[in-house]
Amino acid sequence: MLQNLAAKFMTNFGLARLIILGFFIFLCIMAVVFQLDIAELLTSSLARIGMWGVLVLAMLPAISSGIGPNFGVSLGILCGLVGALTALETAFRLGGVVELSGGVLFLLAIIISLPFAILTGIAYGWLLNRVKGSEMMIATYVGFSMVSIMKIAWLFLPYTSPEMAWPIGRGVRVQISLAGRGITRILNNFLSFNIGDVVVPTGLLLFFALMCFLVWLFMRSKTGIAMRAAGDNPRFSEAAGINVNRSRIIGTTFSTILGAIGILVYAQSYGFIQLYEGPMFMPFVAVAAVLIGGASVKKASITHVVVGTALFLGIQVVAIPVANAFTTDWASMGEISRKIIQNGVILYALTQAGGD
Amino acid sequence: MAEASLLQMQGIGKSYYGTPVLQDINLNIKPGEIHAIVGENGAGKSTLMNILFGMEVIHSTGGFDGEIIINGKKEKIDSPQRAMEIGIGMVHQEFMLLPNYSITENIKLNREVLKPNFLSRVFGQKIEHLNMGQMNTDSRKALDKLGIGIEEYVTVAGLPVGYMQFTEIAREIDKTNVKMIVFDEPTAVLAESEAEKLLESMKAIAEEGIAILFITHRLDEVISISDNITVLRDGKRVGTKKREETDVYELAELMVGRKIEKMVHGEQRELKNEIALKTENLVVHMPGEKVNGVNLEVRKGEFLGIGGLAGQGKVGIANGVMGLYPSRGQVWINGSPLSLNDPGESMRQGMAYVSEDRRGVGLLLDSSIELNIVINALHNQKKFLKKYGFFKFQDTKGIRDHALKMIKELDIRCTGPGQLVKRLSGGNQQKVCIARALTMEPEILFVSEPTRGIDVGAKRLVLETLVKLNEELGMTIVMTSSELGELRSVCDRIAIVSEGNISGVLPPDGSDVDFGLLMAGQQERRGA
Repeated sequence: MLQNLAAKFMTNFGLARLIILGFFIFLCIMAVVFQLDIAELLTSSLARIGMWGVLVLAMLPAISSGIGPNFGVSLGILCGLVGALTALETAFRLGGVVELSGGVLFLLAIIISLPFAILTGIAYGWLLNRVKGSEMMIATYVGFSMVSIMKIAWLFLPYTSPEMAWPIGRGVRVQISLAGRGITRILNNFLSFNIGDVVVPTGLLLFFALMCFLVWLFMRSKTGIAMRAAGDNPRFSEAAGINVNRSRIIGTTFSTILGAIGILVYAQSYGFIQLYEGPMFMPFVAVAAVLIGGASVKKASITHVVVGTALFLGIQVVAIPVANAFTTDWASMGEISRKIIQNGVILYALTQAGGD
Repeated sequence: MAEASLLQMQGIGKSYYGTPVLQDINLNIKPGEIHAIVGENGAGKSTLMNILFGMEVIHSTGGFDGEIIINGKKEKIDSPQRAMEIGIGMVHQEFMLLPNYSITENIKLNREVLKPNFLSRVFGQKIEHLNMGQMNTDSRKALDKLGIGIEEYVTVAGLPVGYMQFTEIAREIDKTNVKMIVFDEPTAVLAESEAEKLLESMKAIAEEGIAILFITHRLDEVISISDNITVLRDGKRVGTKKREETDVYELAELMVGRKIEKMVHGEQRELKNEIALKTENLVVHMPGEKVNGVNLEVRKGEFLGIGGLAGQGKVGIANGVMGLYPSRGQVWINGSPLSLNDPGESMRQGMAYVSEDRRGVGLLLDSSIELNIVINALHNQKKFLKKYGFFKFQDTKGIRDHALKMIKELDIRCTGPGQLVKRLSGGNQQKVCIARALTMEPEILFVSEPTRGIDVGAKRLVLETLVKLNEELGMTIVMTSSELGELRSVCDRIAIVSEGNISGVLPPDGSDVDFGLLMAGQQERRGA
């Protein structure tokens, strides 16, 4: 009886998830044992969760529409970065005439990035419709190539604001500080309050919640239902009069848009915009997070997104100081364990893809 | 018995998971005899051949009863390799050929004629050269025996199907020890002239003393070349006849048999003259179920059955009208033309479809029962939606209420409307499919193979539901089924499809002979 229950729990919960949860609990116990600053850990965990949440959420429409985890969400990220740089450039050009506040700049960045994200999403969705069955592989390489192409573009795009441009030569810097424009932590600090020593980044979490709510609403709309059906069983959906290719493009576009917004949320919390190599491996973190949360490459829900983000980024935050506390020689252990988990979970999910 | 039997099968029985599919089959075949086995789909022909050929599917499901005796010696055939060693060859329905190899290479595959060379003397037989010359000569001889003029060195890819079929046969007769060849529906894919040629060469092979076991449903072919004919029905042998002692009509009757159980409208109903659906020259490109220009009229309020053997195109008709497979031709719904190849349009014209491919096309397996029930109506008829400004959202409560109602009405056994469909049994899944079709409140309902793969109790319930819809709501129903008995129990008229065309329409109490003949693609008896 007990054995049956345990077996059932194992199949429902998944061995991989169990190991990760166990590892997380182990890290937390260690943090207590080493007398690390728990409040500090909680504070940065909350910030991290809000920071990554929207990027992880970007996986949901992609998985639901049937293209699988969006390994090419870096395309959305690039659109977001273009939006951010263009907004900063606008602020610079308007400098002296109108001073744009941080909030306006943040919104402006989102608004500018949207048309880019929509167009890119449609084109990318169209591409993915031609490679049905190997979307994940193609998406990964599309992401890699676009990041590389944009590396060249960053050198030639006409951004002239001194906070972005290299002091000598042309092009924009690898890392751009947002400190001067009042955008840094604008969401994090909104309505933020303390519980003891723990800082709750209310605005950031609210924004994540708002995005989740919008996605939830979309999934219950006529288009959203059609999209879910297309992802569940394309042949059924054709028979039900649903345009499967269109649904997949909508899912891809939606995912790309969330990627663009996601990187803006990330950047404002981090305080810097990272270009060039920056977006290269970000999709893997988002993919791993949603998979850890319980999603498969075919099915995902908002719960999976939230649980996955909390678990995976929680580990990231706790692992580094714990590893440091063991011995300073192991300083990179935190990063290494993150990589092992991230890639291990993706691998695990891929091996499960054919099953069921 | 003048001559000793080559093959004796005694008391052969087989069941899959407790369901008997073959019972107490006895066969006796002499060298040089052409023995035909005829029967409907599901009569057990393929299972019998799988047993004879030692196929994996038999042994992985618990083996079989009875014994196989070859040349007076009891043999245990537990793999196709063993069957080949004994001298049983098989010409498959689906070609087992490598397309990019030449005919010779296909004929000689794994039985190549080898020529030793320097290296092979050191390293062994595995690296001997192929003796292409000898192989070509052998192949030529086999092909000539069949009377086929094709060059042995051309590759198989791109050959007409007839030639592929002959290549398969050539491979079998090239085997030196072959004593018996099984032909599984060999003429199904051939044109008429090719089929004739094939029958000729079968006779020629038999004259050399090789026994032939000929599986088919074409009765005229059976009569023209067989020495003896065994008829199977529902897994039982219903008779073995000498050719001289029987005719096509008797075979047709034996094949179909009386198995009719009237469920409904005891009397022949008067049908209205209004036409609900009319097709003219409907061509549907559905792989394996091609429809070649069907003309069909369905009257309002009618319960029409479409029957016929598998692969003849009966399921293609509904799939074509519903826009699931590319089709041409003309279809009228209540007198107005329907634009084809658009499933949404077909549904908006008041038609609904319960697919034969339940798990493939019929269900969203990873979604809830309620979503499965409402999705077509929601998407195509904008039911169960609430409008807020520009956006339409699902009416969660409406969906739940409707799903609960359907679950109750159709007696869907589940834990609740939120349960995932993949966790339901086959019969309950089928009910979900029917519930979805009903939710659209169609005027014309297409149902394909509604009882396939579901248990007896559920079968009856599904059929009763359909009859109720037809009688009480006046819904026009077009039901496609491989089970003739089922069609005869519920339909007003039954159209029999053969080779992509309707070979005839019969009343449910038509004679077995006529049904059998139509299924075999022959005209019904005049004046019968």
